[in-house]
Amino acid sequence: MDNRNFQYMFLGFLVAWLIVIVYVVFLAMREGKLKRELDRVRKMVEKR
Amino acid sequence: MRTKILIGLALISAGLLAWNLYRVFDVLPDEANQGAVYRIIYFHVPSAISCFTGFFVAMIAGILYLMTGKLKYDVLAAASVEVGLVFASIVLATGSIWARIIWGVWWAWDARLTTMLICWLTYAGYLMLRRAVDEPTQRARLSAVLSIFGFAEVVIVYKANEWWRTLHPGPVLSIRNGGGMAPGMEAAIYWNLLALVCLGAMLVMVRMRQEEFSREIDSLRREAHSY
Repeated sequence: MDNRNFQYMFLGFLVAWLIVIVYVVFLAMREGKLKRELDRVRKMVEKR
Repeated sequence: MRTKILIGLALISAGLLAWNLYRVFDVLPDEANQGAVYRIIYFHVPSAISCFTGFFVAMIAGILYLMTGKLKYDVLAAASVEVGLVFASIVLATGSIWARIIWGVWWAWDARLTTMLICWLTYAGYLMLRRAVDEPTQRARLSAVLSIFGFAEVVIVYKANEWWRTLHPGPVLSIRNGGGMAPGMEAAIYWNLLALVCLGAMLVMVRMRQEEFSREIDSLRREAHSY
């Protein structure tokens, strides 16, 4: 069987997983940023 | 409670994906004509079904928002579209890689592929629209309308194989009167679909929680500036 079939199969799986992982990392970074901003704004309101 | 559900969904999804990966690589044989590369179907088809499900949920949430005016439906719609778009990206990418071997090209302006690309662009436009409108009620209303009309594109993608002559293969699942797959192979698609739906549901819940944080931040900012 052509070796390219295996290479492209692994490439397909790799790309699918990479897209999911990149999105999960993006979500995690956004969550951190939102939590920090929320803490900051809560403290700002409390000070007033 | 929500955290427990998230952890549960993550564990189910991870377990199913790991088990199915073992079956796909170690148990199931190569396909007679395509060899090993046909295994891309185990992500390509479940991702397509997951993405259409996400866009369907967004359409229903959009209708519910327009009927009730409750922003929680807008939050659900936005989260569903974003996760649906991730799965749509997987569909396009894996389909392109598979096409390179089977058709000899990375892309063809075939009806199914072209309509799927237009679908992706429509929902990417939905996310861009949301960033462009600051006022929450107006943003929710415009987004709801787009999510309802955008779903027409999903129907067109789904039916493209039947309405036009296409390079893309016709239905292979027996529930769509396909019947081109051996039973063991078809079962693996359904297990992966369940895993991806659990993963999608988990990501939607996380995204919804982030939207709620955003709304709380906006509300606190308004309160701070009102003094």
